[in-house]
Amino acid sequence: MWEALAFRAGHNAAVVALGCIVFGLAAGAVGCFVLLRGRALIADAAAHATLPGIAAAFLLALPLGLDPRALPWLLAGGAVTALLGVVAAHALASSGRVKDDAAIAVALSAFFGLGAVLLSVVQALPVAGQAGLSGLLLGRAAGMTAADAATMAAVAGIALGLLLLLRRPLAALLFDPLQARLAGLPAGALDAALLGLMLLVVLAGLPAVGLVLVVALLIVPAAAARLLVVRLPAMVALSAAFGAGASHLGVALSASAPGLPTGATIVLVALAGFLLALLLSPRRGLIAAFRRQAALMAAARAAAR
Amino acid sequence: MSPAPVPLPLPALSVRGLSVAYGREPALWNVTWHSPPSGLVAIVGPNGAGKSTLLKAALGLVPRLAGEVRFFGAPLAAARRRIGYLPQRAAIEWDFPATALDVAAMGRYPRAGWFRPLPRAEREAARAALAEVGLADLADRPIGELSGGQQQRVLLARTLAQEPDLFLMDEPFAGVDAATEEAILAVLHRLAEGGRCVIAVHHDLSTVPRAFDHALLLNREVVAEGPAATLLSPENLARAYGGRLRAPG
Repeated sequence: MWEALAFRAGHNAAVVALGCIVFGLAAGAVGCFVLLRGRALIADAAAHATLPGIAAAFLLALPLGLDPRALPWLLAGGAVTALLGVVAAHALASSGRVKDDAAIAVALSAFFGLGAVLLSVVQALPVAGQAGLSGLLLGRAAGMTAADAATMAAVAGIALGLLLLLRRPLAALLFDPLQARLAGLPAGALDAALLGLMLLVVLAGLPAVGLVLVVALLIVPAAAARLLVVRLPAMVALSAAFGAGASHLGVALSASAPGLPTGATIVLVALAGFLLALLLSPRRGLIAAFRRQAALMAAARAAAR
Repeated sequence: MSPAPVPLPLPALSVRGLSVAYGREPALWNVTWHSPPSGLVAIVGPNGAGKSTLLKAALGLVPRLAGEVRFFGAPLAAARRRIGYLPQRAAIEWDFPATALDVAAMGRYPRAGWFRPLPRAEREAARAALAEVGLADLADRPIGELSGGQQQRVLLARTLAQEPDLFLMDEPFAGVDAATEEAILAVLHRLAEGGRCVIAVHHDLSTVPRAFDHALLLNREVVAEGPAATLLSPENLARAYGGRLRAPG
């Protein structure tokens, strides 16, 4: 494990670790905006809705003569159905006949269910390489090639770069959407851009974290950072660092114990960090709140005597 | 050669035939009104009279069925920089990670540009706006830890930092204590003396005659408008509120 943490577990492992770190940075940074915009459920629905696209891309690759295991091809398929899932949830919610959370749940289960059926079709095929697909469900860093890691880092890097460019207009939109529109900002386009950034992070996270848990890397570091700092730039920086650290440590841990699913390990590491922040944050932590309450009660009792 | 004619000052806000509906119920019907070019203007009327809707429809924040809106004689797109909007405090997500100064500084971004760090001079202008509303000492306080009245003043500071000529305010005194109301009123009076126009949706009829110059009495349609000192006559109030209220004072 220490070799993996110090990038000394071989060239391939080092490249994979770097890819996961870039993903963690992007997920932590973009996650702050997703969290503050209240888009956590949509992010989860988008992640689950990648499955039918991935399976369909695999099936389509065979007659087209493409390599069905090529990660960019599979991610492109996943992006298409993820977008469709988000659009379906949005259309259902804005029809006014179902509440937002119900609309999102319907879209998530419909697309994931379809994906599971398509996946079983793929797994019954007498071709090689379907094993890679189930790796995208829960993440399997051990099975990643250097090219996969490069794809992951490129997608996450694009998301990170775009976020840095758009961070001020996006912050204005998050704090006060009406004021952003009045200032002449294209609120609809910015909202769509944020959705796009979220989607890029979800896609980048599939090989290592998997579509079932990737939303955790968007939300958990951001929520932990929000507990610790009071300004957005600090929150984004801390969350990005936290996401990168959790990815790196999680990949190294899962490499040291064969059979440990990478995604779940990364998420558990991130959750441990979140729990520490929840307990120990000086401003918003549970222990600090308990101590303030206890001090107040003692003072009130003294005053009553 | 005759001297160039002095142009008449244009109304800060001018609406013609404005109608808005939420669902089936009309919220505003055929409202035509020209505000004064400057001074303190109150929009009063019963609940559901369309007071906030008038501001939002003028700013294009809610769709309108019909009607035309001009700011200083120009359409919204051409007058954007000259207009500042103060939303209701409840419309803001106060858990957002920002300090009082960060929020005031947001008023400077439209002029400073969105794609570079805010220059020091712009940040100082935001700090001055905070000082003007009496919050200089709380500049670095997270907004979630401010009291309701302080939050209202932070929003006012953001609007001041925009340096607009027309201020549209949606219930600037809602849920604030008497001291904060006086502090905000003092700022508004300074603005009016500086030649700015402040149009505020207002609930407390008793303060209208002494605190405002001009008033618009609204109940989906224009009921009456005129000098604040005389507008709220028993007859006008009966027409707006349906005989349930007596004149203030």
